[in-house]
Amino acid sequence: MLAWTIYISFIGVLVLMLLPREAARAARIIALLTAIAGCVVAFAGAVQQANPGEVTTIIKVPWIPAIGASYYLAADGISLVLVVLTGLAAIAGILFSWNIEKRTKEFFAFYLALIGGVYGVFLSFDVLLLFVFYELTIIPKYFLIARWGSTRKEYGAMKLALYSFVGSHLVLIGLIAAWVVARAQTGHASLDLLELSKVSFPLGFQHWVFPLVFVGFAILAGLWPFHTWAPTGHVAAPTAGSMLLAGVVMKLGAYGCLRVAMVLFPEGVRMWQGEIAALAVIGIIYGAGVALVQKDFKFVIGYSSVSHMGFVLLGLATLNTIGLSGAVLQMFSHGIIAGLLFAVVGRMVYDRTHTRDFNDLQTMQLGRLLPFAGVTFVLAGVASMGLPGFSGFVAELQILMGAWKVFPMATILAGVGIVVGAAYILRAMQKAFYSDAPAAAKSGHDHPLEPISVPERIGAMMLIAASLVIGLFPGLLLNWIQPCWNSPLFERLLKGGSL
Amino acid sequence: MNYLEVLRAAAPETALAITVLMVLAVDLTALRGESIERRFLTGALVSIIGCLMAAMFTFLHFGSTDPLHGLLVVDPRTNFLKVVLLALTVFTVLISTSGKFTGHVGEYLALVLLGTIGLMLLVSAEDLLMIFISLELVSLSLYVLTAFNKRNARSSEAALKYFLFGGMSAAFLLFGFSLLYGLSGSTNLPQIAANLAGRGLDPLLLVAIVTTVIGFGFKVAAVPFHLWAPDAYEGAPTPSAAFIASGSKVASFYILAKILKLGFAGAEGSAVWHGYVSGWTPVIAVVAALSMVLGNLTAIVQSSVKRLLAYSAIAHAGYMLLGVLANTPSSQSALLFYVITYALTVLGAFGVVTVVEEATGGDAIKNFAGLSRRAPGLSLCLLVFLLSLAGIPPLAGFIGKFFVFSAAVGADADHLGLLWLVILAIVMSAVSFYYYLQVLKQAWVLDASEGAPAIKVPPVMMLTLVLLAVLVVLLGCAPGLLLRCL
Repeated sequence: MLAWTIYISFIGVLVLMLLPREAARAARIIALLTAIAGCVVAFAGAVQQANPGEVTTIIKVPWIPAIGASYYLAADGISLVLVVLTGLAAIAGILFSWNIEKRTKEFFAFYLALIGGVYGVFLSFDVLLLFVFYELTIIPKYFLIARWGSTRKEYGAMKLALYSFVGSHLVLIGLIAAWVVARAQTGHASLDLLELSKVSFPLGFQHWVFPLVFVGFAILAGLWPFHTWAPTGHVAAPTAGSMLLAGVVMKLGAYGCLRVAMVLFPEGVRMWQGEIAALAVIGIIYGAGVALVQKDFKFVIGYSSVSHMGFVLLGLATLNTIGLSGAVLQMFSHGIIAGLLFAVVGRMVYDRTHTRDFNDLQTMQLGRLLPFAGVTFVLAGVASMGLPGFSGFVAELQILMGAWKVFPMATILAGVGIVVGAAYILRAMQKAFYSDAPAAAKSGHDHPLEPISVPERIGAMMLIAASLVIGLFPGLLLNWIQPCWNSPLFERLLKGGSL
Repeated sequence: MNYLEVLRAAAPETALAITVLMVLAVDLTALRGESIERRFLTGALVSIIGCLMAAMFTFLHFGSTDPLHGLLVVDPRTNFLKVVLLALTVFTVLISTSGKFTGHVGEYLALVLLGTIGLMLLVSAEDLLMIFISLELVSLSLYVLTAFNKRNARSSEAALKYFLFGGMSAAFLLFGFSLLYGLSGSTNLPQIAANLAGRGLDPLLLVAIVTTVIGFGFKVAAVPFHLWAPDAYEGAPTPSAAFIASGSKVASFYILAKILKLGFAGAEGSAVWHGYVSGWTPVIAVVAALSMVLGNLTAIVQSSVKRLLAYSAIAHAGYMLLGVLANTPSSQSALLFYVITYALTVLGAFGVVTVVEEATGGDAIKNFAGLSRRAPGLSLCLLVFLLSLAGIPPLAGFIGKFFVFSAAVGADADHLGLLWLVILAIVMSAVSFYYYLQVLKQAWVLDASEGAPAIKVPPVMMLTLVLLAVLVVLLGCAPGLLLRCL
């Protein structure tokens, strides 16, 4: 059933392509219906799955028998969490791009193609299939940004595309090497993730291949120092683009790290555990610090994504169940919150004021002109700071708890990162919405700002609700995530770890 | 010698030769006063019927036969390759139909078919003499096809350059072949290998290997024998360039792999990292590495799409050479899968270029601006072809790359000795993404200049391109369809 999330999205792409060029309204509605259908299927499929701790096969048919590849879709609790996240983010993104007037149908066609690819990655349990879906997302990303973006859009789009492509090619090198070694060892070719995870690759091999594959994926997760695509890409992208980039695309990278790199090369992880944690912490502090001094509103959020994804990577590096659970939860939480923050900055503020410069925004008193935007940003901001009651708190707390057992020093530094995180959010909040600066003489009073539209309100409330629900009842997701660590897939990864 | 047997084995080629005469006759008599478009369409129809007949004959005798002891070997694999070559010729002919570059329609189509006969004989040949003769038949047709646009000085220049380089390389090849004959006393490939077995790698054999590689390196446009390619691709009429890049590549790679594997069996050597042994694999490894690096890096700075495709063809020749040097039982099907899907893709890409060239008067990257608005279907096809060349899944180009690269790494599974070449290939393939994206950016992101009209794509052309695009997607999603036949 979950496989239909993928098919529905691509059917949506086909339908949109067949629409006449002028039918902008129809295109929006079709896109929204497709996203809703995908989300409903994701939810229903997730709830239906009896045992989230087990890898439940959805479909498995031979694809290229010569190299042992199969069309193998399956899901465990981690996939479920991310599939549901994708469903929510997809709907929200469409609601916040309701005002796209330029080549609407093409915009949504690329958008849904991206969503379909993302669903595919989260549901693939064949390494080659996962890679196919992973690369499939690069092209729509590029065109969404280059065509419908803003500030230096072609540069940002090209940078993102090349970073993604280089990253995925590092992964490809690792996969081909692993495939060959596994075939030599077991005597038959296979690309099945479950089968490959049983192969014990030689330690010397893991020592170099693990960092290759891990970094290849982690580039997309914003691992410092390969994060530089993230701020420029986020800023250049149209609102829905940055929502999806931060919301789900960065998760693809983190998911690939966990699902492929760490599962296939468990001993390799242990060799590089410290280095990963170090880079993650640098990312947390660096991202937060840079966000603190930005003049452009959207860059603040862009760098905050780097910082928050650092927590995911730190959680992965702990190699204990609590840290890993926190990492998965943080993927979900950040997907929701970052999406919301980008929606406020890109759609509610920038599309109306046509500026993101704090100096200009200060004089506009947006808190009074756009009260809904102000309140949404405050809620999203406190969620992002990790205030209890919101999803970010549970996630980051678990990560820190997990990390404390392994890297106490790194944990303290990450805590500093949280404090800086609170600072940049408060600074942005104050400058953009609640500044005391006197209103500029010729401020926009003569042509008042367009009020916040209904789709925006619905989208914002949906995301806030999601963050609150998970913040108050984290068990909803943890019940899916925690049983996964007992599955044979993670056995070798967790066996030698502390705890 | 039973001549009836020979005729049966050569039935497809014979059918095609008769078609050549028919095309010439029809164009000379019935179509004398007609418009070029009519003449092209009718001529194409006759040629396609001829190709279908030839394909039918190959299907009829799908068994194996070798009536002339290596001169004409027919087995299921060569038969399948012949069908592929005929299909590529059909596509080339279809792409040519919208061309306005020549008034000599009959001669043009006849030369394309003659080239195809050469290609078909080439894949069947296991004898040095036959290889050389069919190779010359192909080359001479291609030289003339390159020069076919008489109104364009660059076309003649390109053809002259192509011809001079080609003549030189033929001399090298012949020199290598003569050494081989002198060393082994035979022109038959398996016989050569048998006679050379146990002789070790004497200097003369090494010279023979190097000159053979030079000769074929020219045919497949591998660095450093590639200098003719960009000029020929740019100057030649676009359908001719498409033919050079597709059908001729498939046959050349097949025969190169055959000569090296059959003829030089026992002189493989090794290109493994830190485990170098001289032989033909190190030579190929060097040529492959140079082609990948130089082809991709030079393609970045091109402003003409045809030149860009030429440099990308050089780079792709490098990837394909990896399939040649893997030299494992499964590597040949990997190589053929790559070459065939590449040929289909590049034909499509040249088809799109043909249309854009006709409509905008040039093939500069700038001329593609706003194509997605001016011709949505066309630019969708372009998207598929270029992304397949870049190796984006799930298109055929990606699967081909995966096959070839994994075959190369798998050739030395214990030490992953060829991984250095594969890493180089994958890194370079990441570079290639940049320049393909430059073209796509023009087509999909930028806008055409004010008031640029929609581009009308001739229906035959559109149908061909859509068919090619569907094939590229299909072979990517279900590679088993083709892999089963190889």
